Amino acid sequence: MKYQSQSVAKYYFLAAAALFGIQVLGGLLAGWIYISPNTLSEILPFNVVRMIHTNALIVWLLLGFFGAAYYLVPEEAERELFSPKLAYIQLIILLVGTLGAVGSYLVGIHGGREFLEQPLWVKFGILVAAVIFLVNISLTALAGRKTAITNILLMGLWLLCLLWVFAFINPVNLSLDKMYWWMVVHLWVEATWELVMAAILGFLMLKLTGVDREVVEKWLYVIVALALFSGILGTGHHFYWIGTPGYWQWIGSIFSTLEVIPFFAMMTFAFVMVWKGRKNHPNRAALLWSLGSSTVAFFGAGVWGFLHTLHGVNYYTHGTQITAAHGHLAFYGAYVALNLGMFTYAMPQLLKRAPYNQVLNMASFWLMTGGMAFMTFTLTFAGTIQTHMQRILGEYYMDVQDQLDLFYIMRFGSGVAVVLGALLFLYSMTVVRREVVKPGPAAVPAGE
Amino acid sequence: MSEIFTKSRARNVFYGGSLFFVVVFVALTAQSHRYIVKTSTAGAPITEEIKLGKEVWERHSCINCHTLHGEGAYFAPEVGNVMTRWGVIEDPEMAYEVLKGWMEAQPSGIEGRRQMPHFEITEEEMRGLAEFLRWADQTNTQNWPPNDAG
Repeated sequence: MKYQSQSVAKYYFLAAAALFGIQVLGGLLAGWIYISPNTLSEILPFNVVRMIHTNALIVWLLLGFFGAAYYLVPEEAERELFSPKLAYIQLIILLVGTLGAVGSYLVGIHGGREFLEQPLWVKFGILVAAVIFLVNISLTALAGRKTAITNILLMGLWLLCLLWVFAFINPVNLSLDKMYWWMVVHLWVEATWELVMAAILGFLMLKLTGVDREVVEKWLYVIVALALFSGILGTGHHFYWIGTPGYWQWIGSIFSTLEVIPFFAMMTFAFVMVWKGRKNHPNRAALLWSLGSSTVAFFGAGVWGFLHTLHGVNYYTHGTQITAAHGHLAFYGAYVALNLGMFTYAMPQLLKRAPYNQVLNMASFWLMTGGMAFMTFTLTFAGTIQTHMQRILGEYYMDVQDQLDLFYIMRFGSGVAVVLGALLFLYSMTVVRREVVKPGPAAVPAGE
Repeated sequence: MSEIFTKSRARNVFYGGSLFFVVVFVALTAQSHRYIVKTSTAGAPITEEIKLGKEVWERHSCINCHTLHGEGAYFAPEVGNVMTRWGVIEDPEMAYEVLKGWMEAQPSGIEGRRQMPHFEITEEEMRGLAEFLRWADQTNTQNWPPNDAG
């Protein structure tokens, strides 16, 4: 850490970590309700549990992105943040909004557009926080050194904040509502967030491997070009069956097939940089998360996305557990793992300690990643059976669900592994101060 | 290779190409907007009742258990074609009666069965919800879902 004001990132990361805990516990409860449906059904119905699970995820990922921006932009721009005070005000607004949203969900006050259920005042709060953030980070970047990493990061963050406007647009016509809803949902996770992801990954590669900046940045432009060229028209894969024109079936199939390429490029980028790198950075855990993130993102977003994206396949799989399988692995690989990688890299620096928690942290990576992989497999099997019985044979929804119990039990088991991994991660990030396994005698030359 | 394909060229390709795809996407979205209004949902006008029904649908966050045109949570059945499944798509009064009967019987309390909560819904709102679901059902969704099971 070179600049004092980078320390605001610490509070963003801690807040994100706390919400991460809430998110996985909410997920575990939802998974339990699948196998024991009467649990809390009168006081905390499934829809409320799910809102907490998904909303907590989205907010903590955004807090992680904001924190990452506050950490890396001063370092890239080579100057202090424009205003740490504004950054703290922004964080307080976001936390009040989040607690307000969770509180109002628990008493049954919420909207009804999936993922955008926040009460209107919370949505405005998010808007205000986004404006504060953009002003703060843009003024910092404009005054200092301009790099491709900040360029791409800021472009992604500006666009994602602008797209938030669609959260306020809710036409009475359901099909229009759905079409504009995707302008937030798809163009966030399959376009603008990919820019943020690429920029953060680029920064981590630069720091961890010591590869020349020119090389990293050229790769980055190629990756984000591939992401937007495929991802923008790739929105078409959500426009197959919601009342939109039939031509989207072709546009969606073709461009969302191409969406695999940027994820493959990101994975290749990470491995090539590590291979070419001359630096032996002591923070091995951060490197593991960076490589793991790009790899799991390729499988979760890329391969599992392609699995059901062709319109002829999607006609049968749309809205089954196949979608749930893809959603879980894609979010975990692309955004959860990347954020955890950034925390792993930055927290020791923010706390002014050497990387001290490598073993526990890496164990948590394997526990979480193994759990998520198993969850994805069980849901994929459940979805395959569901697709066949319900969509081909025409059996009724609940009759089919009753036969999927075994998979839901296995899914819950994998969820337990993920939660244990998450708790281990949080413990290693915030509590442990010493390495649990004594390193061998060979001295590792220190990186940056 | 690296002399021809420089960083600034890569950047220009990124900006130029992205702009191109944004323009194409905006044009297709505008066309799709027209298509939805004039064609795919034009089978029945949107009444005040339907508008109320959509508000009821949203207020109770039905989407976080059910799917509607395949989107939502996967905990409860698809409702985009529920009126067809119940055989009441052509009959507003029956649609209302069946929906009311179903919702008032919830939660079933049966052990081991997924529970739908009990919702406080007035008669007017229940009629609106039934009309909203009937309206959604007549949307041209390119023949999705494949069968009445949803």
